[in-house]
Amino acid sequence: MITLEFLYRLMGILTAAAALINLRDRTNQNRVPNASFWGLWSVSFLFGSYLPDLANGVLILGMVAVATLRGVRAGTDDSTTSAERIASARRWGNRLFLPALAVPVFTLLANATIGHLTIDGTPLVQPKQVTLVALGVATLASLAIGMLMLRPPARAPFTEARRLLDAVGWAAMLPQLLAALGAVFAAAGVGAAVSTLASAAIPSGAPLLSVAAYTIGMALLTMLMGNAFAAFPVMTLGIALPLLVTGMHGDPTIIAAIGMLSGFCGTLMTPMAANFNLVPVALLDLPDRYAVIRVQVPTALLLLVVNTALLYFLAFPR
Amino acid sequence: MLVLSGLLVVVLGFAFRVNPLLVVTVAGLVTGLTGGLGFLKTLATLGHAFTESRYVAIVWLVLPVIGLLERAGLKERAREVVTGMQRATAGRVLLAYLALRQVTAALGLVSLGGHPQMVRPLIAPMAEGAAERDVHDIDDATRHLVRAHAAAADNIGVFFGEDIFIAIGSILLIKGVMEQAGIIVLPTRLALWAIPTAIAAFVVHGARLLLLDRRLAARNTRAA
Repeated sequence: MITLEFLYRLMGILTAAAALINLRDRTNQNRVPNASFWGLWSVSFLFGSYLPDLANGVLILGMVAVATLRGVRAGTDDSTTSAERIASARRWGNRLFLPALAVPVFTLLANATIGHLTIDGTPLVQPKQVTLVALGVATLASLAIGMLMLRPPARAPFTEARRLLDAVGWAAMLPQLLAALGAVFAAAGVGAAVSTLASAAIPSGAPLLSVAAYTIGMALLTMLMGNAFAAFPVMTLGIALPLLVTGMHGDPTIIAAIGMLSGFCGTLMTPMAANFNLVPVALLDLPDRYAVIRVQVPTALLLLVVNTALLYFLAFPR
Repeated sequence: MLVLSGLLVVVLGFAFRVNPLLVVTVAGLVTGLTGGLGFLKTLATLGHAFTESRYVAIVWLVLPVIGLLERAGLKERAREVVTGMQRATAGRVLLAYLALRQVTAALGLVSLGGHPQMVRPLIAPMAEGAAERDVHDIDDATRHLVRAHAAAADNIGVFFGEDIFIAIGSILLIKGVMEQAGIIVLPTRLALWAIPTAIAAFVVHGARLLLLDRRLAARNTRAA
């Protein structure tokens, strides 16, 4: 049966290759820290399932120490030059888009099919992991198309992946670390503590205040926790149900739907949602770490006002 | 309440722009320590959670394909396609992408997008190429602004589109949480009530993208 472990092996190989290529790259002054960072991550991907928890914790400390003290910096890459790329773009034209668009198309196809495949009655893919395995299968298939079409040197997928990983740097690991932090928060009861605080701070009286306490509370807690999913149970059970549903006879469906979307407004404004707000900064080579958040804040605030108004006017009997 | 000190670390760390990896690790350690776990147990908890969260990093598997195509001039081609279309300004390119991202996400096609696979190799070069054509002697700050807008269009499109699809994670989470409280909500009605905000998101952000075009045009007249 194909499980996530298969994808972790692939990621392990990818990060190990990035480590080795960095180690051999004498043009990069930062080659040893780079190689250590990708190498430690590779160990986590390849052997994380077999190592004791404490060893996995030590791997994190190692990666964080390297990233904080020495950083992960791109060296000179051995990719094509700008002139070569322009010439290649002329030659291939719009056909270049095919392998890129093949990734989402294959993901959709694989998503719809691999879940149904069985060998001797056992499913080929672990049923709960179909979505992620589909993405992995799709990237492999698209890579094959790209290789057959463009016929680059055989090592190109690795050297190019290393170039991009170095460009993204330590930010590549941040979303995973934040997910781990979320799990630690949940285990330590941070949500419950916030809930106690929130219900103590609830304003009583004016309906608009109660509605705003929920929508703005969702956005703020989402900003702190990094995702609306963590904030939703706390704010909905703590504020929305007692105040808006029981107290004001609001429609729970409308309240919950718009409450979640108010949380999404918070997601647009927080560095804690690293995969949406910090990773693109690294991918697009932006000097200001908060450049994407800055652009999103006006839209997020306006939509938060809109959500509050929608909830206030639509969810309650008149 | 001491358990909340981890959140305080997060807020202060990000406010003072400490390396986010360090901020998050310290926040995790502080949360465990104030929760009375002890250092080794805390580190083990963090290590366990980190290992269990490896699936989050699977998105990077797409890098070899993207790198290969960039090597063959994908960004340059994306740029060329747009610069050939005079009416495709940076704001309009991103407006079209916002609409596409919202509509496809609403149909459940969330994988048709994302920063490594769409924004970096295609959407950002298209928008930047259009801005380069329309703004004389474009400066780096303007380039960076346009790129940041490309990332924002992807986020806003997917956030305010996906909740219209009934089988998306957030709808299932809402259903689960409400059921625990003894309230049955229908995914179809939840999805229906995501539509007003989705329309508002398109109007608000779409208007801002058209304003971006005007801002870019204004840089020209100032220079001239």
